[in-house]
Amino acid sequence: MLAPDLLAPLSDRLMVSATGVYAIALVGYAAQAAYGVRGRVGRTLAVPVGVGVAGEAPAGGSGEVAVGTVRRGKADVVGRAAVALTLLGFALHLTATVARGLAAGRAPWGNLYEFATGSALATVGVFLVLLARRDVRHLGTLVLLPVVLAMGLALTVFYAPSGPLIPALNSSWLAIHVTAAVVSSGIFTVATAATVLYLFADAADRRVRAGRRPGTLSGIARGLASPEALDRTAYRTVAFGFPLWTFAVIAGAIWAEAAWSRYWGWDPKETWAFITWVLYAGYLHARATAGWRGRAAAWIALAAFAAFLFNLFGVNIWISGLHSYA
Amino acid sequence: MATGTDTGAPTGATTGTGALAGAHRAGLDTRPEEPRPPGLGPLGWARWARRLLTSMRTALVLLLLLALAAVPGSVLPQRAVNPVTVAEYFRANPDLAPWLDRLSLFDVYRSPWFAAIYLLLVVSLLGCVVPRTRLHLRALLARPPVAPRQLSRLAGADSWITTAPAADVLAATRVELRRRGFRVDRAGDALAAEKGYLRETGNLLFHAALLGVLGGVVLGSLFAVKGSVLVEEGEGFANTPVAYDELTPGRLVDPSTLPPFALTLDDFRARFAESGPQRGAAREFAADVTWRATPDAPARRTTIRVNHPLDAGGETVYLIGHGYAPRFTVRNAEGEVVFADAVPFLPQDGNFASSGVVKVPDGLPQDLGIQAWFLPTAVVDPQRGPVSVFPDAKAPAVFLTAYAGDLGLDAGLPQSVYQLDTDRMRQLQEGGEPFRARLVAGEVVTLPDGMGSLTFDGYLRWANFRIARDPGGPVVLGSALLALVGLGLSLAIRRRRVWLRATPTGDGRTVVEAAGLTRADSTGRGADFTDLVARLRTATGGAPAAPVAAAAEED
Repeated sequence: MLAPDLLAPLSDRLMVSATGVYAIALVGYAAQAAYGVRGRVGRTLAVPVGVGVAGEAPAGGSGEVAVGTVRRGKADVVGRAAVALTLLGFALHLTATVARGLAAGRAPWGNLYEFATGSALATVGVFLVLLARRDVRHLGTLVLLPVVLAMGLALTVFYAPSGPLIPALNSSWLAIHVTAAVVSSGIFTVATAATVLYLFADAADRRVRAGRRPGTLSGIARGLASPEALDRTAYRTVAFGFPLWTFAVIAGAIWAEAAWSRYWGWDPKETWAFITWVLYAGYLHARATAGWRGRAAAWIALAAFAAFLFNLFGVNIWISGLHSYA
Repeated sequence: MATGTDTGAPTGATTGTGALAGAHRAGLDTRPEEPRPPGLGPLGWARWARRLLTSMRTALVLLLLLALAAVPGSVLPQRAVNPVTVAEYFRANPDLAPWLDRLSLFDVYRSPWFAAIYLLLVVSLLGCVVPRTRLHLRALLARPPVAPRQLSRLAGADSWITTAPAADVLAATRVELRRRGFRVDRAGDALAAEKGYLRETGNLLFHAALLGVLGGVVLGSLFAVKGSVLVEEGEGFANTPVAYDELTPGRLVDPSTLPPFALTLDDFRARFAESGPQRGAAREFAADVTWRATPDAPARRTTIRVNHPLDAGGETVYLIGHGYAPRFTVRNAEGEVVFADAVPFLPQDGNFASSGVVKVPDGLPQDLGIQAWFLPTAVVDPQRGPVSVFPDAKAPAVFLTAYAGDLGLDAGLPQSVYQLDTDRMRQLQEGGEPFRARLVAGEVVTLPDGMGSLTFDGYLRWANFRIARDPGGPVVLGSALLALVGLGLSLAIRRRRVWLRATPTGDGRTVVEAAGLTRADSTGRGADFTDLVARLRTATGGAPAAPVAAAAEED
């Protein structure tokens, strides 16, 4: 077992490496997205031809199909490399987080640096879980962009050396409440990536239906996945995150009862947790309400995530309250 | 409340996707459609109001409003959170603050408009949960809806021909569906199967439990008690209303019925990081107390820490703050002791530079008032003057000045023990300048103008305890956990319907048609339906499904 004074700097170095690896993976996903558009065009062009020849030549029977496949193949290789890099970055990141926890002898969620890196870890973790189930590489750019940003900010602005906890945080609820909040942040970040991509793809779809050319970004988004599929991914992710977030709030209330004598006191952090919760509840309702499905619901989801982010960072930085120590 | 397609039946169902929406109208949405716009009769208006209030769109708008309404409370200081910051805001913004106050913006969460929003939400929720509970109970008792005549019209419908007789097909299908947890019903040549009833159960449980949470909060506002008291080391506290510095009983609480416990603070321990980047950060606060649940009960010793409150016979004692109480002795010019006590000072910064006052009303030619700072680790900074550089008492010192005159204690008006009203007092002078003194423990200073002498004897620590009980707490927790369970069920479970019809062709073969519906938020058919149909096909002796069906499923 390594001594804490070795573990802490090791953790810092691993964290920097993970950030670098993520940054490269991010470029990979972006490249795949850019090439992937042509791939989709090739594919959509290929379909009628493919259908026409399906009876006689089951695979690769037409020139169009071949072209499409080759272009997709190139993007595909880049995408696969990006996934591999994401895995590598995640391994480094996870090791860094564990080392940090071991160095301090506690759950590494005690200050803003640890929240930010923890949330980034959760985001990549959720993305990888999703990747294992379905090919959601098209979300890679929008998932890794906030991850790299959060890691960069954490390492430069929020950085705090490893250390023990102040008494107010010294509770087993730290591990429960904050872990739930950190994992929720990962889930909501991935959901947001899908939501943003959905809005772009949907905008492009509507322009195309109106007989106009889609914009560059929305065109790329549309090339990556259908708006319906993106919307579904976003919904499923939020539907998974919302109960967890509910649990995080409940666990926080139980802890607040033990530490501050009341389970709810409208402390700014509590207030913004409430706002986030209500907005995500609004999103889930909007998806079942005529006239609000689709874009309106997506905007509510984005507002909910904005409230969530503000709670995670803004409240700690700009508003003083009982959670200020973080 | 997810009432979308139910309450907004006419619009809700038609905007759905193709066959699904049609089926909603036909099968899943059993609520009768309301008649066209009501007349102006009172009944019509009542119906209109009910429709409006219970519509999903209203609930959604109210939810968004609730989120928006909660925002100002996090930006502006709130009386319920900290009245002192509200007073400061009033001082800093004398023109704006009264207007904000008129809009209840310093009491957002107790304001009429905030209450209006959540009460309307409660009405909306009730208007939704009650009829839906009735419908759901009916659905639980009812048989799965009969198969639509034209199964092939439903999205994802499939059909195949088998040599097995129709009865065998239906029997095999029934076994297969049962095995998967479907409730199966046979009507003529068709099977109707449904599962996922727990989804709606969870949904209703979630919303009902939210009402439980609110009920618990109301219970708390009626029956909760909270108060706080500052106790110096060596001092005691008996749980009676007069012993509190501050006590807020709920509306229906008789303060004379507080549980009769008592405690003494034997020792308060504070530990801070001595070195490293977090030097000065708190490491441990512990209050060693001796307490009795009742005056006759045996004394027990325990330690109250942050995050580890003491459960004292129905109320809970929390450690929420601490500070220093310097001890002073004041003697008159003849050397007789006229004052000897520890005086709690209030910490003003992270290094516990603490301010306070000593009031000596008797035994001197005039009332004496001492205004002082206690610095636990005192350093005189060239720019900032005396400051404390560490929160622990490593080099404690007191910096003080003195006033003589009328303290105003005889007027009988309540006044703060932490503030000196110097309106009718004059600052003592020495050598033409205001009198100032710096004392370390044990030092004595002679006060000017024959006001005797003052000794700084050392210090005690004090602890601030919050004592609270909230009978609504367990109700809120229980309801919140039920809500979580309900939420999990309603989001994880999918309600599914499967129909299968077996029609003999007359030449010994059987035509089998199968169709399914998933009623979930536009997640569409899951791959599991395709899988299910494939299984049914195999189970009923049909040819294996073409790969087309599986490939069509994109996610």
